[in-house]
Amino acid sequence: MKQTLTEKILSAGAGRKVKAGEVVFVNIDWALVQDGTGPLTMDVIEELGKGVTNPDRQCIFLDHASPSSKSELSDNHIKLRKASEKYSMRLFEVGEGVCHQLMAEDCVVPGDVVVGADSHTCMAGAFGAFASGYGSTDIAVAMATGKIWLKVPSAIKIVLEGELTYPTLAKDLILYLIGELGASGATYKALEFTGPGVETLSMESRLTICNMAIEAGAKNGIMPADDKVADYILEHRGVSFDFERLRADDGAEYEREIKINLSELKPQVAAPHSVDNVTTVEELQKEKIKIDQVFIGTCTGGRLEDLRDAEKITRGKTKNPNVRFIITPASKKIFLEAMREGLLDSFMETGAMIGTPGCGPCVGIQGGILGQGEACLSTANRNFKGRMGCGESFIYLASPATAAAAALSGEISSP
Amino acid sequence: MSNKGIEISGRVFKYGDNVDTDQIIPARYLDTSDPEELAKHAMEGVDEDFAANVSSGDIIIAGKNFGCGSSREHAPLSIKGAGVGAVIAETFARIFVRNAINIGLPIIELSGFEAKTGDEVVVELRRGKIKNLTSGKEGTFTHFPEFLSEIIQAGGLMESVKKDLSEF
Repeated sequence: MKQTLTEKILSAGAGRKVKAGEVVFVNIDWALVQDGTGPLTMDVIEELGKGVTNPDRQCIFLDHASPSSKSELSDNHIKLRKASEKYSMRLFEVGEGVCHQLMAEDCVVPGDVVVGADSHTCMAGAFGAFASGYGSTDIAVAMATGKIWLKVPSAIKIVLEGELTYPTLAKDLILYLIGELGASGATYKALEFTGPGVETLSMESRLTICNMAIEAGAKNGIMPADDKVADYILEHRGVSFDFERLRADDGAEYEREIKINLSELKPQVAAPHSVDNVTTVEELQKEKIKIDQVFIGTCTGGRLEDLRDAEKITRGKTKNPNVRFIITPASKKIFLEAMREGLLDSFMETGAMIGTPGCGPCVGIQGGILGQGEACLSTANRNFKGRMGCGESFIYLASPATAAAAALSGEISSP
Repeated sequence: MSNKGIEISGRVFKYGDNVDTDQIIPARYLDTSDPEELAKHAMEGVDEDFAANVSSGDIIIAGKNFGCGSSREHAPLSIKGAGVGAVIAETFARIFVRNAINIGLPIIELSGFEAKTGDEVVVELRRGKIKNLTSGKEGTFTHFPEFLSEIIQAGGLMESVKKDLSEF
């Protein structure tokens, strides 16, 4: 039986060879919750009364309200700190960074099965891992038992060729793909990225791409692990980690194949209120859409590479006076490095404000909430109606380069 | 007039495609996990009057990709807390399906069933039958696989796991 990469990893997790369509129990390597979903998970674990399995591989992240903007959210943080102490689970404090970024920096290795009570858990697929988002109760049961039940997904093969050319970035590729697939075009399925184009992508770009697989409804996004993954682990954890270079079998079955030439892509924007509402910046800039806030940050735009790509455009320039320009590095490590490189100085000279590592205003519960009729150009992964606050506001998603261009011009414009 | 997930009857609330989790329950209300508190803001992003108008047993009928977006279990919890007897949609997003099953909110995948907001509808979950009492139109749907039905009947995943934790 020829297997996809997802089937291979889930076979290892299930302890037998599995194929798409089977419902199986799989051993998990990591489970995570964040401060939005975690309190409910802890209630369920408490009620189950069986404690947790492998507590050093169960992670609690305080990132969505970082720092807390409301006493009720602070109470949730207290609850999660107490749970981490009671069950000896790993706790990542307020200000450390976005859960998915910290999982990438500290935890995941190729071949892992990663489950999390956050839909963007699929980001860890960039390590050649199976990673998928679930609800609080599913994760509670996974934490208690060390297993999760799931249906092995069929897969869509995304063949990447060519190479991205600045200012076209990873975000442009994944927005383009979501536009092609539609918001439910990959529901229940794996998105398996392959082809020579994958090797040309940096690890940071791969993380952004896999993160947004869920925006086409996918169960997971995955890329084969190579030397760049090994280098990333060495750089962030100081250890040489040797792993099997797992690949899909030649002749593995895919539902569909989509070819994308990275060299031909142009900067893209997802217009309100759906991530698949995608058009090119070139086309949309004709409409002269006024932007009130530019937000560069999150698990799909707040990495070092993203900040460098944005700063190239803003360096030595002054932001548009009508724009609030917010930069939120995705982790403390990224914040420190950006500071050492002078990126933060440069952004502040342009007129930006720098936020605490974490999710920033992405989910509308801390600094940078939008008002009536306002428009934000964001490097985040979701532009649903009302997500960043007011129901009558408008979120456009684009790359850090396009966001930087908008900070200067005050409207959606080519980087 | 809902009856433990076997027969459900109520009025229809009709919505379109891609009703996402930020419309079902925005993150600003996630500081509680109490279904009754969440219910006060259920569906707020798509229908501001939903919470005020919904009654126990009422039925949501929507288009494609219902519940897409976040993994927040608060989304089905807010709907269940509002007393909704079942959600019918052409398709559901993956995580929403699991969450709904886990917390014991009946969901039905069904395309083309004609109903408009305010119609009276009766759903027989086990028999896979639905009838619009206002128009007289009937429909059928495929029931869940047995093990998923058992989770729903038990009142959600946790209750079902508690019954037999040794299975894991």
